[in-house]
Amino acid sequence: MTDTLSGLLTIAALLALLALAYVPLGDHMARVLTSTRHTRLERGIYRVVGVDPDAEMSPRGYVMGVLAFSAVSIALLMAILMGQAALPWDRGLPGMPWDMALNTAVSFVTNTNWQSYAGESTLGFAAQAGGLAVQNFLSAAVGLAVAVAVIRGFTRARSSTIGSFWVDLVRGVLRILLPLALVGAVVLLVLGVVQSFTDTTVQTLAGGTQTVPGGPVASQEVIKQLGTNGGGFFNANSAHPFENPSALSNLFAIFLLLVIPVSLTRTLGTLLGDRRQGYTVLGAMAFLWGTALAVTTWSEAGGHGQSAVAAGSAMEGKETQLGTWASSLFAVSTTGTSTGAVNASHDSMTPLGGGTALVHMMLGEVSPGGVGTGLYGILVVAILAVFVAGLMVGRTPELLGKKIGAREMTYVALYTLVTPALVLVGVGLAVALPSTGDAMGNPGGHGFSEVVYAFTSAANNNGSAFGGLTVTSTFFQLSLAAAMLLGRLVPIVLVLLLAGSLARQRKVPTTAGTLATNTPLFAGLVVGVVVLVSALTYFPTLALGPIAEALS
Amino acid sequence: MNLAQMWRQLPAALVKLDPRHLWRSPVLFIVWLGSVATTVSAVADPSTFSVLLAVWLWLTVVFGNLAEAVAEGRGKAQAASLRAARTDVSARRLVDGAEELVPGTSLVVGDLVKVLAGEVIPGDGDVVEGVASVDESAITGESAPVIREAGGDRSAVTGGTRVLSDEITVRITAASGETFLDRMIALVEGAERRKTPNEIALSILLVSLTIVFVLAVATLQPMAELAGAPQRTIVLIALLVCLIPTTIGALLSAIGIAGMDRLVQVNVLAMSGRAVEAAGDVSTLLLDKTGTITYGNRRASRFLPADGVTLAVVQDAARLASLADLTPEGRSIVELADEQGSAPDDLPAGAELVEFTAQTRMSGVDLPGGRELRKGASSAVVAWTGAPLPPALQASVDEVAGSGGTPLVVAERHGETFRALGVVHLKDVVKEGMAERFAELRRMGIRTVMITGDNALTARAIAAEAGVDDFLAEATPEDKLALIQKEQEGGRLVAMTGDGTNDAPALAAADVGVAMSSGTSAAKEAGNMVDLDSDPTKLIDVVAIGKQLLITRGSLTTFSIANDVAKYFAIVPAMFVAAYPSLDTLNVMRLATPESAILSAVVFNAIVIVALIPLALRGVAYRAQSAAAVLRRNLLVFGLGGVVVPFVGIKLIDLVLSQLPGIR
Repeated sequence: MTDTLSGLLTIAALLALLALAYVPLGDHMARVLTSTRHTRLERGIYRVVGVDPDAEMSPRGYVMGVLAFSAVSIALLMAILMGQAALPWDRGLPGMPWDMALNTAVSFVTNTNWQSYAGESTLGFAAQAGGLAVQNFLSAAVGLAVAVAVIRGFTRARSSTIGSFWVDLVRGVLRILLPLALVGAVVLLVLGVVQSFTDTTVQTLAGGTQTVPGGPVASQEVIKQLGTNGGGFFNANSAHPFENPSALSNLFAIFLLLVIPVSLTRTLGTLLGDRRQGYTVLGAMAFLWGTALAVTTWSEAGGHGQSAVAAGSAMEGKETQLGTWASSLFAVSTTGTSTGAVNASHDSMTPLGGGTALVHMMLGEVSPGGVGTGLYGILVVAILAVFVAGLMVGRTPELLGKKIGAREMTYVALYTLVTPALVLVGVGLAVALPSTGDAMGNPGGHGFSEVVYAFTSAANNNGSAFGGLTVTSTFFQLSLAAAMLLGRLVPIVLVLLLAGSLARQRKVPTTAGTLATNTPLFAGLVVGVVVLVSALTYFPTLALGPIAEALS
Repeated sequence: MNLAQMWRQLPAALVKLDPRHLWRSPVLFIVWLGSVATTVSAVADPSTFSVLLAVWLWLTVVFGNLAEAVAEGRGKAQAASLRAARTDVSARRLVDGAEELVPGTSLVVGDLVKVLAGEVIPGDGDVVEGVASVDESAITGESAPVIREAGGDRSAVTGGTRVLSDEITVRITAASGETFLDRMIALVEGAERRKTPNEIALSILLVSLTIVFVLAVATLQPMAELAGAPQRTIVLIALLVCLIPTTIGALLSAIGIAGMDRLVQVNVLAMSGRAVEAAGDVSTLLLDKTGTITYGNRRASRFLPADGVTLAVVQDAARLASLADLTPEGRSIVELADEQGSAPDDLPAGAELVEFTAQTRMSGVDLPGGRELRKGASSAVVAWTGAPLPPALQASVDEVAGSGGTPLVVAERHGETFRALGVVHLKDVVKEGMAERFAELRRMGIRTVMITGDNALTARAIAAEAGVDDFLAEATPEDKLALIQKEQEGGRLVAMTGDGTNDAPALAAADVGVAMSSGTSAAKEAGNMVDLDSDPTKLIDVVAIGKQLLITRGSLTTFSIANDVAKYFAIVPAMFVAAYPSLDTLNVMRLATPESAILSAVVFNAIVIVALIPLALRGVAYRAQSAAAVLRRNLLVFGLGGVVVPFVGIKLIDLVLSQLPGIR
């Protein structure tokens, strides 16, 4: 089988799997997140925590819930990471230094999973499974909760509440993520991902002994992908044979990381009572993802770039059993979902391929974005699109029956500002520091790309690393932690306040004069706004990095 | 709109360079700051490039101011002509029945003044005594005098208008300085202009875009230094000015002022920009049947003869019975009979006119020779003849009534012999072209509701004929108010017209309430627009103007942002081609030199503002189409056009600039 054929078959299989899961999972999430019934287990949890599950929250209350929960999560995780020596299965490893612990805790709580450490040589099993994997579940559930709160902003009218954060969080974990993760972990085990609580010592062919690190990998791998987290158990992430042993496990991993963000568009359509609206959003996401995939695959598999021309294709930094097609598919899907897992070194990709991975994150993680975050991200873009386009049809703009006035626009404008501000200021500060030159793995445009990639990945909560850049200095640990934290929480606060403001409004009926937002035209408009906004923001930055590289 | 007009407003535009004024437009303020910085730099280190750059940055600000100044200038001209009407007049104030002459400006609310023929009415008020013809041309431009009389819906008079005949006593309802005329002047001058909600929302978007670009440009310098290509500050300023949405930032307030101005041109005064904006959003239109949808009066449409009576007999009888009837209905009967070829006899000498009375509820004529003709409602005719109508005729009556028309029975008496001759079918005549206009509104997504005092049967028939979507029959002012509230409850924006005092609550509740200038001051007070022509069909124009205002705003925003693509392609390669020669590939326009490229983008950016001033004032063409069609068209013109036009424009400017020494 040629590379091209196997690559196309892999993509076809992925799309088929997603299509199969789309309706049942999307509708299941819609049911779970709107049900008024609580299971016995959930009631027990609410009683222990002291929450009234039937008390709805105001936008402000919801915000406080998210912020408080995140703060506690960060503190707990930091404690675990710094004090892991006191925990069982610590493999004799010391606690993390404070700056790395802070960076890592923020990273996992914000669903970024940026890793400035190597998993197998830094963390014991307790910290991995009891600290990081727990946050993999919780951070994804927080994203899901915020997304459903935003949907409620559109579905409710004259309401002062947008649901209960605690209920949304608990249900997201218990009824959506845990069951899926359980099934997924078993599939991964079957496909060859390891699951143990010991390291194995083996005799090498040369006669020496080598300790091969093991661990509870499958259970962590599944939620790493399913929750669009991306933090690898091993430093090599999904390029490690224990974490991603074969082309099949690679395909299944991509399916896992796409399935919830994709199916959430179905949830949106179902909850709005307008399925076409869900398809429109999905269409915009799919177009962006498909374009990025086409460009990356063309660049990687086509053998563009000086060294790749010599070798026939760009195999540097890639796992040979996966090849360029599967690596491109993985890179595009992880950068488009804020997953941040890697099965190849992005640093070694062709300028255009690596540049596309970077641009894909700069689009704001909406193709299709992380669990929950992608959906609310693209709804914000839709508001931006409807604002200008709505005026062009002669009405003050409205989306899904809600007027977009000054208050809504303020939240949307600030939301749109946050990530570019963090990336631009972060990169500007970093390159102004003399020490950054030494931290770069390459000189010139490529080294600059490494820095841009790091801040783009952190601020967009992606977590994938270009590689090359040494990020263990206190400056990078803290500045990237700040980018991750602000890049996660500020948008969440804004989008929740936006949801509150939308929920308070009454619903405007649709007429022939209303701009229809469930059409291909509108999907095109959303794509246009996504591309234009990021292009205008980052063009000079890109020109000095990947564009300069790609053109030379 | 021409260059001469712009030239005249240039001084006003220069006055607006005052930063205290510019501060209100953050985008232009940034350009102003950039101009100052560039000027300082050009003075310290003069070169052709820096001097030209400073000049064109200043021109950008001036052009931006010019847009606003030209828009305001048009209003000022109108205000001047209105002011001419507000000559200082003296008033005959009545104090305990005695007249005293006081200056018009000293009047307070509640004062009674007497105005004689030939005198100017000293202030706004209601006629409390008398009836007079008044020349209101100063305000409406309409030369035909109007009747103003005490009581009823025609009691309001406006200060500055002139009484032509008779005398009236007026109770003043507005203090000097707050009269209708004063408010009109303030409105058209834009003195009371406040940003509308949508303008505020758009400004927020523009400010946030500006912040993004400030960040992008500010952080570019350390990146450029890393690349070994540090940039001159003036080049960074040029990049920033080109990127921030100067086009829409400069034209935004002009678009708003021009929208109000277009309303004034159709003789409608909006009390706030907010109302104009709301007009674009209207989804339900309440229209009074009489005068708006139908001609004011019923007209005869056909004759239905009784059994054994020829059509000609009915025609003749109805015609004779109506010859002396000067009401519009009576005349329409004569006209119809004439049209149908009835013998055009005049009333014979000695004929005696019988006028309509509340007792008989019939009118007619007694001819010499003893023949008496009467026409009236069937019950009145039955009472007169003393016998029920023949069954066939009764059927005709029911048929006419059933179709929503008004049946008028014609009968005659010879001595003691009564005979019912036939039925005249009177009906409301829907104005020509109404059905098309309502169909147009439907395509725009606007529902029309006809308001009428008629019974449901009549209302339904007319509603069907006119093609309105719904009707409210036997409507009382309370019904109207309830209907508005019901529509608003469903999230719809409602527009209506009204003139009577009893319309005031509904006018106040409606999102767009257009009061007729002929109406009472209570109505004018309650509405947020006043139609000086008192033409209720104007509502449709008002909606179109509101939509046009929003479309212009959205289209120019799109154009402004789309322009940035070409500017990036002009400036970014120019900045970094020295450090990364490969970036020359991005110089798709093949601009001559880095300096000419940057300057061309700046010049284009300034010129496009002036070029778009006429469009901003005129408004983007609006046709009644579905939202999708309008969007597709405007996206093509302003979105795609916004991307393409600057590539061409910048290239052309570069061809000229590259000839300059010092740039080449």
